[in-house]
Amino acid sequence: MELTEFTIKSITIVAVFALTLVIAMYSTWAERKVAGFIQDRRGPNRAGWGGLLQPMADAGKMFFKEDFIPALANKWLFIAGPSLAMLTALLASAVIPFGSTFRFNGVEVPLQGVESNIGILYVFGVVALGVYGIMIGGWASNNKFSLLGAIRAASQNISYEIAMGLSLIAVLMMSSSLSLGEIVSQQHGGNWNIFYQPLGFIIFLTCSFAECNRVPFDLPECETELVGGYHTEYGSMKLGFYLFAEYINMFISSAIISTLYFGGYNYPGMDWVYNQLTSAMGTATGHNIATLIGTAVFFGKALFFVFFYMWVRWTIPRFRYDQLMNLGWKKLIPLAIINIILTAAGILFLKPIITQILN
Amino acid sequence: MNPSISFFYFLSFLTVFSALMVVVAKNPIHSVLYLILTFFTLSGHYILLNAQFLAAVNIIVYAGAIMVLFLFVIMFLNMKQDEVETKANLTKIAGTIVGGTVFVILFGAYRKTAIPAFDPQSYQSQVGMIESLGHLLFKDYLLPFELISILLLVAMIGAVMLGKREIGERHF
Repeated sequence: MELTEFTIKSITIVAVFALTLVIAMYSTWAERKVAGFIQDRRGPNRAGWGGLLQPMADAGKMFFKEDFIPALANKWLFIAGPSLAMLTALLASAVIPFGSTFRFNGVEVPLQGVESNIGILYVFGVVALGVYGIMIGGWASNNKFSLLGAIRAASQNISYEIAMGLSLIAVLMMSSSLSLGEIVSQQHGGNWNIFYQPLGFIIFLTCSFAECNRVPFDLPECETELVGGYHTEYGSMKLGFYLFAEYINMFISSAIISTLYFGGYNYPGMDWVYNQLTSAMGTATGHNIATLIGTAVFFGKALFFVFFYMWVRWTIPRFRYDQLMNLGWKKLIPLAIINIILTAAGILFLKPIITQILN
Repeated sequence: MNPSISFFYFLSFLTVFSALMVVVAKNPIHSVLYLILTFFTLSGHYILLNAQFLAAVNIIVYAGAIMVLFLFVIMFLNMKQDEVETKANLTKIAGTIVGGTVFVILFGAYRKTAIPAFDPQSYQSQVGMIESLGHLLFKDYLLPFELISILLLVAMIGAVMLGKREIGERHF
């Protein structure tokens, strides 16, 4: 019994790890294809069919370049920067529920690395640590532009974390649980949080753009002002790690958005599909196939948000730094607090009235 | 040995080591990084005590926000050039006395306390979870909790007042 559970968990964790890396790798390809489509050109089309081998070619190029450390850089911290960026990017996927349960030999195992009762706080903590990779790398390069990029990244992340946390609180007030698995299973049956929390969703989405350092908030690597920002001095695979970490962060934050607001692995007509499958193929196999369909739906939702990140990147120009700070502190934080008050009022007064009318 | 006990010893070694390195490290940036490591090991101790909420909040607040600001300020000050060796002997002596006094107080308190024995029957595994913590804070300790929030509000208003631009002050 223990062994089956352990095996299924290990397979889940390794599969999620591999899938995250593959999705991050192919996001680089998709980014160029989307950019090409939006700018009315072809994008990568030489390596493989439709340029599908382009990520491999890029990885090969990065591996075989000279691994260079500037003479006056702090050697260990220079290496620690990209490693930390990669580490924190990969940590968050541990608590995300990728599907409901998997049945094998009478054991039911949730498709989730760790089911923790502080799941969302864990994600929030890992996100808060994400800035260290950039800060340490930027400082260790011993370059004014890198340092400025690192400082910008730090202040931007801290400012937007507040609004992000406040918009999360409204979701937590509705679910009254911190566990991500619990939050997802409460959204079963079209009960998605986006219908109750449209304002909170917009705030959360904006803040996750800022946390991932994506356009229109990519001030830390703003090339018109800062050469290359925090990774000016980086090359070869260390630069590759920084860019890769950004794509992993994009995928993870998309997964969290679909978990929190779009019902995770839930989809309309889920129960009907489940009943059809279990009656056709028996409880165990039907259940497992229904779970896999749910997982596919989850990845579909997450990948749509990855596409959304790219869409925004090639549509909207970059903010100025003071505009970014004003948006964060003077607009998003008050909005998030108003959202909390509205949610609380809704739960206290509106919900009893509606339940009274319905009964 | 029990795995959780050996893990406890490893974690305690790491905590003491990184806390010492905060003081010993020459480079202030290294000090801050060791301090962050100390917070992580402390969170590990909280998890061993089954206080998951405290562990997560410790990481979010200290490692995620306060230490980023520390690092931020130290990076801006750029203290690499001027050496720290110029500290007067008086500062060192004062620091030693303060640290020694704190140690004596802690040791005295440790000797006086009677640690209750572990009883598997009456032990509640849910005591450090967020639900019981919330009940405790909002029922038994409501007044201190609200007073602390007022204290934080006052501090916040003070910070905003200090950072506010005065009328007629030049800015660039």
